[in-house]
Amino acid sequence: MPTVTRQPIDDRRWQRIVQTMQRHNNRPDALIETLHTVQDIYGYLDSTILSAVANHLKIPPARVFGVATFYNHFSLKPKGDHTLVICTGTACHVKGNDQVLAWMHEHHHLAPGETSADNRLSLVEARCVGACALAPVILCDGVLTGRKTFEETTMVIEEWLGNAS
Amino acid sequence: MHREKIDRIITEHRQFLDQFNHHVFVCSGLGCPRNDEIRRALERAVQTQHLQDAVLIRKVGCMGLCSAGPLVLIQPQELMYQGVQPEDAEEIIASLGKSPIQRLLLPADLAFFTRQHKNVLRLSGRIDPESLPDYLVAGGYQALLKTLATLQPPDILRSIQDSGLRGRGGAGYPTGLKWATVAKAQGSPKYLICNADEGDPGAFMDRSLLESTPHAILEGMIMAAYAVGASQGFIYIRAEYPLAVQRLKRVIRDAEQNNLLGHSICGSNLNFHIQIRLGAGAFVCGEETALIRSIEGKRGLPRPRPPYPAEKGLWGCPTLINNVETYANIPPLITHGPEWCANLGTDKSRGTKVFALTGRVRHTGLIEVPMGMRLREIVDDIGGGLTEGHTLKAVQTGGPSGGCIPAALLDTPVSYESLNELGSIMGSGGMIVIDETSSMVDIVTYFMAFCRDESCGKCTPCRVGTAQIHNLLIKFQNHRATMADLEMLEWLCDLLKNTSLCGLGQSAPNPVLSALRFFRREFLDCIATEQAHEEVKP
Repeated sequence: MPTVTRQPIDDRRWQRIVQTMQRHNNRPDALIETLHTVQDIYGYLDSTILSAVANHLKIPPARVFGVATFYNHFSLKPKGDHTLVICTGTACHVKGNDQVLAWMHEHHHLAPGETSADNRLSLVEARCVGACALAPVILCDGVLTGRKTFEETTMVIEEWLGNAS
Repeated sequence: MHREKIDRIITEHRQFLDQFNHHVFVCSGLGCPRNDEIRRALERAVQTQHLQDAVLIRKVGCMGLCSAGPLVLIQPQELMYQGVQPEDAEEIIASLGKSPIQRLLLPADLAFFTRQHKNVLRLSGRIDPESLPDYLVAGGYQALLKTLATLQPPDILRSIQDSGLRGRGGAGYPTGLKWATVAKAQGSPKYLICNADEGDPGAFMDRSLLESTPHAILEGMIMAAYAVGASQGFIYIRAEYPLAVQRLKRVIRDAEQNNLLGHSICGSNLNFHIQIRLGAGAFVCGEETALIRSIEGKRGLPRPRPPYPAEKGLWGCPTLINNVETYANIPPLITHGPEWCANLGTDKSRGTKVFALTGRVRHTGLIEVPMGMRLREIVDDIGGGLTEGHTLKAVQTGGPSGGCIPAALLDTPVSYESLNELGSIMGSGGMIVIDETSSMVDIVTYFMAFCRDESCGKCTPCRVGTAQIHNLLIKFQNHRATMADLEMLEWLCDLLKNTSLCGLGQSAPNPVLSALRFFRREFLDCIATEQAHEEVKP
């Protein structure tokens, strides 16, 4: 049964999404570009917005959700206030980011893809950010730190979390 | 008419650049952190020392030696400073024209720089990536102008074929043959795609090229469009590379405004437009048929070939799809002629190749070498050997689709054929140096976890096989494996290689197979039975 969609109330943000779709002549192949815009604006893919996008592009909601869940970059859940990205590319793996992930689990009880209960911190595992020469690499709210030992890396994270609170 | 406009831009920009006694280049790629701050600090220092008329601070692309970054290059003296911090700015500006600052200076004869042969990277770190005048002054778009004015599409196709250039995305398919197929294909419109979905963990060649010389990629694409008769192009790029995306958007706009893209390019009858499409994090979208579906706005599922995209690609139309580095090779190839490329490299692997050299090696970064160079030269000379106190175990090439080359075979020349013989691949050019601290079982488990997660799930061998192989590898990691598991592992790898639908599944067992070939002992050590020990005995 098709989902009954309400036009999202926040018009300004919805307008920006409509603009993306119009730029691609509202064709079905605008879908992925549109999802990028939705995620840029809302931080995640809100299901109400997704239904509205499906309506607008005249494609089945199932296909929209199918695409949204296929790609790693898209998230259907809101992120926390801060995001820690741990790169797990080969060079970062060889240089000890696997230990950093284990440490995050042990000390902060977070696995990749999870957000802390107080909604403060999201942990994200990146496939490879392409800064392999600086391995091991982490990104604290988008700021890249690289070429540190395991101990130094965990110190950077603790310090950042302390300052961010 | 158009030629005159371009010549005018070149003359004016050259005059502008010549006003300054010193040019200070600041690397502004992702690999040099805080480069914005460094540039601002240098600009402030120029102000405070009242040298605005003598010193020009410029942002440039990647200089290659990321491990020594942030890098600053002083022209015309060719002094390179390493590990520069914003606090060094005053001192650097004050030292211009005097003796260099010894503590920051990189030796001019560093093998990392002298042993390379730069072709597609020749302008990287030498021009402002976003500046069209800079690219023009460096000789950019001359190959395109020459093409449009004096060459017919068949001439270009012949040049590409004569050069022996092969696709730099990994599989090494002859570029000339691919172009000729698209040029001949029936159907319209024809599309052109630049594959910038660099999903290999451990590779950053495409990112660096896109960030450093985006105009060169456009130029290669426009020439390809002319050769095959395409009117619409797409650059499919990872959303994880925001800086590259931002720079591409800028240079596409500049090219459009200067009639290098759009209708009747440079007064010729060529119409060509380029759109950017963002990937969304799916390794399988590096495979051409999956990438095409993703541009169509669908899940990136591959389909069986034939028909190949050259005949039925995007929306069922003939489509030329090449990697970033392949397009970047086109302008120099047309400028210097096919012989120039053909004379470099080995018999079947010609030209140069860009590699992302990383891992446990002293000098990490982006390098370009002629094909046929021995791995040992790359690791020991260019890479400066291993980090203190460590010994080389293997060099991993080709990412999750490649394999490991053990230290004993380090004299292997780097070419498509020689790497294939060793069960590895050139891949897009990731090269990771592994030392004795890493366990091969651990590394292949890591790669298999990656392939399991990235399998699109369309075909059973890949969907189920990668999961099964990964489970078996975990048994090895935990020292719970048996000889039967080893047999099963080899059997599954063989099955996956031969029955998977696309390149992801077909090549997923490569790391395991190459590890089993060269580091079998490590697997046998994980088997806790008498049987294993017996097999090891001579």
